[in-house]
Amino acid sequence: MAGHSGDTVSTTELWGGGRSPFSVSYGKLMMWLFLVSDALTFSGLLIGYGFIRHTYEAWPVGEKVFQSLPFAGDGFPLIYVALMTFILIVSSVTMVLAVEAGHRLDKKDIIKWLTLTVIGGLFFLLSQVWEWSHFIHGGGGFITTTSGEVYHLDHLEEDLHEVNGTYVMPEHLTLIQNKYGEGEHTVIEGAAAEKIWGTMTDYYHGANMLRNEYAPHAPQYANFFFFITGFHGFHVFSGVIINLLVLLQVRRGAYDERGHFEMVEKTGLYWHFVDLVWVFVFTFYYLV
Amino acid sequence: MDRDDLIVNESYAVNNRHDDAHGKEIRKKILKVTVLLSVITAIEVAIGANMPRESGQLKWEIVKYLFIILTLVKAAYIVLSFMHLGDERKNLRNVVLIPYAVFILYLIFIAIIESNYVLDMFQAG
Repeated sequence: MAGHSGDTVSTTELWGGGRSPFSVSYGKLMMWLFLVSDALTFSGLLIGYGFIRHTYEAWPVGEKVFQSLPFAGDGFPLIYVALMTFILIVSSVTMVLAVEAGHRLDKKDIIKWLTLTVIGGLFFLLSQVWEWSHFIHGGGGFITTTSGEVYHLDHLEEDLHEVNGTYVMPEHLTLIQNKYGEGEHTVIEGAAAEKIWGTMTDYYHGANMLRNEYAPHAPQYANFFFFITGFHGFHVFSGVIINLLVLLQVRRGAYDERGHFEMVEKTGLYWHFVDLVWVFVFTFYYLV
Repeated sequence: MDRDDLIVNESYAVNNRHDDAHGKEIRKKILKVTVLLSVITAIEVAIGANMPRESGQLKWEIVKYLFIILTLVKAAYIVLSFMHLGDERKNLRNVVLIPYAVFILYLIFIAIIESNYVLDMFQAG
C-alpha cells in the first residue's frame, strides 16, 4: 500500500489505545494474569501433594489429626478448620461489599467494609499460627520398638525424660495402635503396654521437616502441611498488608481525583483468590 | 456469528457508576452467594467429621467425589460471582480459564498415571 502512508487519517478512526479488547483496565488484566500464574503454583503444590500421598498405602486421616480447639482441647474434628474457612469466606464477602460500595463512590462504606476485611484476615492469620503451633507441638508422640512397630501415646507426658539413654515409663501408660490412620484404633494398657515400653528404641512427638508423629512413615505429610498452608498463609499476610495500604489510601483521599475506586477492586481480586485457594486446601488437605 | 467485540455488560467498567437501586440488587446477590458458600462448607464438615475414610470402599468413593464436586461449585461461585469474572467479556474469561484448565487437567492426568506406577513399584519391592 505504498503511497498511503502520507494520507491524513481522521483521529476518530484510529484506535488510540483507549479501550482494551478485554474491556478492562491494564491493571485489572495484569492482576488476572498474575492470579492465573499464582493459581498454577498452588495447583502444582496440591497436585504434588496428591502425587506423594498416592504413592503411600497409608495416610493420616484429617479429622483425627485436626480435632482440637483453642482453650477447649480435643474431640472436635475439623471444627477449627471449618471456622477458619468460614472467617475467610466472610472476609471475602466484606471485600465484595467494599468493591460494591466503590462503584457507588460511597467512601464511608468502603472504609467500613475494608476495615472488616482486614480484621477477618488478621483473625485467620492468628488461627493459622495457633494451628501450626498445635501441629508442631503434637499430640502424645509415638514410640518405635525393636521389632520396628509404632505405638502412639494417648496424651503428651510433659515430664517424660531420658535417663541413661532410656525413657522413664509414665505412671499410667496407655498405648494406641493406629491412632491417626484409617479404621479402628487399638488401646493397649497395663502389663501388655509395659512390656512394649520395655522394647522401645525411640520416642518422638510433634512434627518437623524430618519426621512427624501423625505419619511416622511419611515425613512428606508434615512437609506439605508446612509448605501448602505456609505458602497460603504468606499470601494471606501480604493480602492483609495490601488491603491495609489501600484502606489508608482511601481514607487519605488518594483515589478521589481519579473518580473511581478500581484499586479496591484489584486488591479485591487478589483477596478473593486467597479465599479460593483455601477452599481447595481445605478439601484436599483436611477433608479427603 | 457471535460477535465478541460488542460490550454486553459494562457493569464493572472503570468509570461506571452504580446507583442505589443497582447497589441494592448486587448486595442481595452477594448475600445469596454467602449463604450458599456457608451451607456447602457446613455440609462438608458434617460429612467429613462423621464419615471415616475407608479407601477403596464404594461409599467412601462417592463421598470423596461429592467433596470434590462441592469444592468446584464453591470455587465457581467465588470466581464467577465474587471476582465477577462471569460479568466480564467472553475473551477475558477465556484468557483466564482455558490456559489454566488445559495445564492443570494435563498435570492431574500425568500425576495420577505416574503415582500409580510409583506405588506399584514400591509394592512390588
